[in-house]
Amino acid sequence: MRSASRRGFLIAGSGLAALAAVPKTWGRELGEPVRPYGERSPFEKSQRFYHKSPIPETGASGTPLQDSYGIITPSALHFESHHSGVPQIDPAKHEVLVHGAVEHPLILKLEDLQRFPSVSRIHFIECAGNTARDLASTPRPNVQRSHGLVSCSEWTGVTLATLLQEVGLKPQAKWMLAEGADACRMSRSIAVDKALDDVIVAYGQNGEALRPEQGYPIRLVVPGWEGNVCIKWLHRLHLVDQPSMTREEAAGYTDLMPDGRSRMFTFVMEAKSVITRPSGEQTLPGPGFYEIRGLAWSGRGRIERVEVSTDEGQGWQAAELQEPQLTKAFTRFRLPWTWDGKPTTLQSRCVDETGYVQPTHDELLAVRGKNATDHYNGIKIWRILADGKVSHV
Amino acid sequence: MSRFLFLSCLLLTTLIVLAQGGKHNLGRVPTPEELKARDISVFGTGEGLPAGEGSAKEGRGIYVVRCASCHGEHGEGHGANPPIAGGLRTLNSDAPLATVGSYWPYATTAWDYISRAMPYQAPGSLTAREVYSVTAYVLYLDGIVSESEVLNAKSLPKVKMPNRDGFVADPRPDTRTLTR
Repeated sequence: MRSASRRGFLIAGSGLAALAAVPKTWGRELGEPVRPYGERSPFEKSQRFYHKSPIPETGASGTPLQDSYGIITPSALHFESHHSGVPQIDPAKHEVLVHGAVEHPLILKLEDLQRFPSVSRIHFIECAGNTARDLASTPRPNVQRSHGLVSCSEWTGVTLATLLQEVGLKPQAKWMLAEGADACRMSRSIAVDKALDDVIVAYGQNGEALRPEQGYPIRLVVPGWEGNVCIKWLHRLHLVDQPSMTREEAAGYTDLMPDGRSRMFTFVMEAKSVITRPSGEQTLPGPGFYEIRGLAWSGRGRIERVEVSTDEGQGWQAAELQEPQLTKAFTRFRLPWTWDGKPTTLQSRCVDETGYVQPTHDELLAVRGKNATDHYNGIKIWRILADGKVSHV
Repeated sequence: MSRFLFLSCLLLTTLIVLAQGGKHNLGRVPTPEELKARDISVFGTGEGLPAGEGSAKEGRGIYVVRCASCHGEHGEGHGANPPIAGGLRTLNSDAPLATVGSYWPYATTAWDYISRAMPYQAPGSLTAREVYSVTAYVLYLDGIVSESEVLNAKSLPKVKMPNRDGFVADPRPDTRTLTR
């Protein structure tokens, strides 16, 4: 794990070493034949990070954001978070029940869902607890461990609005309880307004079927909302007049304020950005040109602007935003930078299409206190030392 | 155009519009048995709770055998498993301890969670009577119910949890938004 996360800028050096070791017949040996399912080069080692746990079915693995290009997270590197392990589901035996306050309750199989009109949309999914340690001022050493519980994929499926139109909502249908087929029967309530807005009942991810750890064969994608409501291994949708008050919504993903009260149903993941390169545990080989690269995303819509400071937060420059800038999706930003070799800090802040400004750590701490660790989205600062080493602040 | 032809065209157009308007005639209608077997939803109001009942007295033995190895004999937690009892009146302190007793607003949430997700290694293996009993025992650990108080579909939703009024709606955005 450690070696993968430390690759950073040192990768150029190891590439030269590999070149020096090539045999004399370089370029003239026959290569591998065709194969039915591709794998990455054996030289590529980037992988998800997770802690070993005595209860391994409950836990999370983080995406190596420092190694990612563009805005799509490879399915194999999409972050995971499970509460009772990854079930192995035979799609031929899997069914989704839609029932409750509907005119026509239905049982749908994967092949049924695949026959409905389909959509493909690019959206991020972020765990509510991503970057939690940054609020506590005990941040993880690198961007994978501090920010890795967010990923972005192209999701394909049928819109929930299409399905709900098919079953016909009764007037009392105000909430929808979604339930997974994992051992713990993960369940979350979603307001029907959101269900009819932009939720996808997804069976495809990045051009192929969902990965098992992403909910194979069927999951919800609830754009912009905390990852836990994107119920994986979906097998039931219950239309009702009230939220259920399941453990994860009534206690688990609530935010405790300093006065002892807690915020409930804090679904939206607010605008956040982070510099992924240079970032923690990487090393700049020396003064000179670098392209500062990072990612920004907002649960409320499109990213409108990202600004970067390379001088301890005194000056801010607009970063170039890679098109397309999609709603509730990663936006890649870049800024050319020449390092003079002196110690400094790098940080980014974003503004989304609603005008919401990514807050500082101190602004959030002042409003929410130190216990509201979920939904934290403060500005991330990386320190560059004179020897080129990058660390968290 | 004859009147018959006109009406036929109108009917055909209406049928096409209806067919495009949402009905795809996919999937199948669930049987009453399938609906009953799969619907395990439970709500804060108590709707969805099944028949059966139990008290902390009966729950103690089940808890010791099925729950205590992870959650501790008195709900104090063990290793990676956080406490499920204790922490009352700590939520506005420097060291808040959020447990079922101190934090969860609805007793039905405990019933629902124990029923669907516990015990960790064998979720769904407890009968409704056992779930009522274990729920009662967990609440009894914090003195929320007495040892002999019987919980069922009628009495469980009436249990007043200490933090029942401790939740507010999402007030965000709670930091700066540019005015346009």
